Amino acid sequence: MTESAKAAEPLPVMDLSTGICGIPLSGPVLNGSGTFDALAARRVFGDALIEDFPFDCYVSKTITMNPRPGNPPYRLWETPSGMINSIGLPGPGLDGFLENDLGALAEIGVPLIVSVMADSAEDFATLVERVAARDEVAGIELNVSCPNVHSGLIVGEQPAETEALMKALRPLTGKPLIVKLTPNVANPQEVAVAAEAGGADSVSMINTIKAAAIDPASSRTWLGAGAGGLSGPAVRPIALAQVRAVSSAVGIPVVGMGGISDAESALEFILAGAEVIAVGTENFRNPRAGAAVTEGLPLALRRRGFGSLAEARAATIG
Amino acid sequence: MPADPAATPDRVQAPFGRRLCEVAETRPSGGYRIFTLIDPEGPAPAPGQFFMLAAAPDWAREGGRPYLPRAISHARFTRHPGSGQRLDFLIDEVGPGTSRLAEMKPGDQCWVAGPFGGRFSLPRKLNPQAAGAILVGGGIGIAPMAVLRRELVDRGIPSRSLLGFRDQAHSGGVEELFGCEETRLAFEDGSSGHKGYVTDLLLQLLEGDDSASAAVYSCGPPAMLEAVRRICLEREVPVELALESPMACGYGACFGCAVPKADGGYLRLCIDGPVVRGDEIATAMAGEPAVD
Repeated sequence: MTESAKAAEPLPVMDLSTGICGIPLSGPVLNGSGTFDALAARRVFGDALIEDFPFDCYVSKTITMNPRPGNPPYRLWETPSGMINSIGLPGPGLDGFLENDLGALAEIGVPLIVSVMADSAEDFATLVERVAARDEVAGIELNVSCPNVHSGLIVGEQPAETEALMKALRPLTGKPLIVKLTPNVANPQEVAVAAEAGGADSVSMINTIKAAAIDPASSRTWLGAGAGGLSGPAVRPIALAQVRAVSSAVGIPVVGMGGISDAESALEFILAGAEVIAVGTENFRNPRAGAAVTEGLPLALRRRGFGSLAEARAATIG
Repeated sequence: MPADPAATPDRVQAPFGRRLCEVAETRPSGGYRIFTLIDPEGPAPAPGQFFMLAAAPDWAREGGRPYLPRAISHARFTRHPGSGQRLDFLIDEVGPGTSRLAEMKPGDQCWVAGPFGGRFSLPRKLNPQAAGAILVGGGIGIAPMAVLRRELVDRGIPSRSLLGFRDQAHSGGVEELFGCEETRLAFEDGSSGHKGYVTDLLLQLLEGDDSASAAVYSCGPPAMLEAVRRICLEREVPVELALESPMACGYGACFGCAVPKADGGYLRLCIDGPVVRGDEIATAMAGEPAVD
């Protein structure tokens, strides 16, 4: 076969349908929480967004009990191959989300996972109960990168706190509970094991890495909140190491993310042990980034000799 | 075009995703650079809207920057039946992103997403008594003013343009975009026109007897915008400002472009702006130039 004939070869067709925690998915591509506002995107792009929705499952931005304005500007700083953000979880609060946003999100037509955060187990319980009660919601992601108001400790940095929280929340719903792990710990696998012991159905990782930006022109920290979280391809090697460590330590599936920018980097996460993957910061550079990953996956898999996602998962580097 | 200002939609919707556009032309202009993209797919953008631009390939280079696309308002668009449209952008090289864009050569490719954001209101919508428009531009902020002026000319609405610059090395695009008699210039270094700030010219105009029938539009550095905003608010002159802010995405995803609202909280400049009413925000100086 000539080079030109090879180039003309159609892209391989592959069934990428899969699932996470029993939620059937048309493919393995989610969005990272807080990296794609589907309601804002629909206002900007119109119904084309729904017809060509870039993710197989939509994860909402993190919902809190009360409305939050978010952090003062500046909230962003570009870094080598990435960015730091300190957005501060702006949002309408639980009531506003349930009344105004959830119905509109359900129109997208893919399974919905709602991310929630609270500073106490009591508020977490309220969030989980009220969100899980809604038929539109397929699963809940628990953002535990927040201090517990009682202990002052970041729940997700403490295996014991994480397990206790999971044990409190587990009886409240039969829907999947996914714990979003922070990378800002020495041994994320200990937290993951604790989450599993407490009843988590899955862990998603990584959240952003603590980071600061100094503006040499003004000799001040750039971000309004002083510091923030690093994301983008700059964090990908760290994310891969942590996904690999955690996936070999737990029996529950891992949602892998951290600097995924194309199908090749998505495949790296599958090979590190992720069940499905999420696209985050790349959405900022390309609104269709999730769809681009999906479109590139069959070829990326075939090139490495895999006939399916399952074959790639089976080849996970232990 | 609809004659009724209220019937003008507040934004032109963007195609979903991003697209590669070819650089048709690039040239220096008064210390800035103007480059022209051929956009076969995009809709005609409205005055005040902006695009997210990233030179392709080779955007993130040695050193890993630029990484994010840059939000840039077009300075002119021209429809060419059959081949889409030409979009002109005015660039001041202030950092790795704008430098990379300014380096592009004819035939190079550029990632384009947009048009994003909402447009400037027409004068009668901003002020029912408006007799015309006063456009106040500073530095590269003259770009959206040029697009607005062109639309007002097409609609037969009178306008006067007041343009301010630091010096000749920061005055690109003036002759090309504002070659008309209704333009007054201010240079801080006194090299041409009025010596001083463009806001001096605005004060002169508003101190005439036409303040009640004025509608002011402005784009430029944050300090200039804040001065324009205060001058107008003090005189109860309706004003719209096109602001700039650090911004990763342009379509509401990143929540990075927060601007404090007058009544508390923040708006997202990319989807709630970039054009805001002067009384809608707490300050135009919460951000410094985002485009670097």
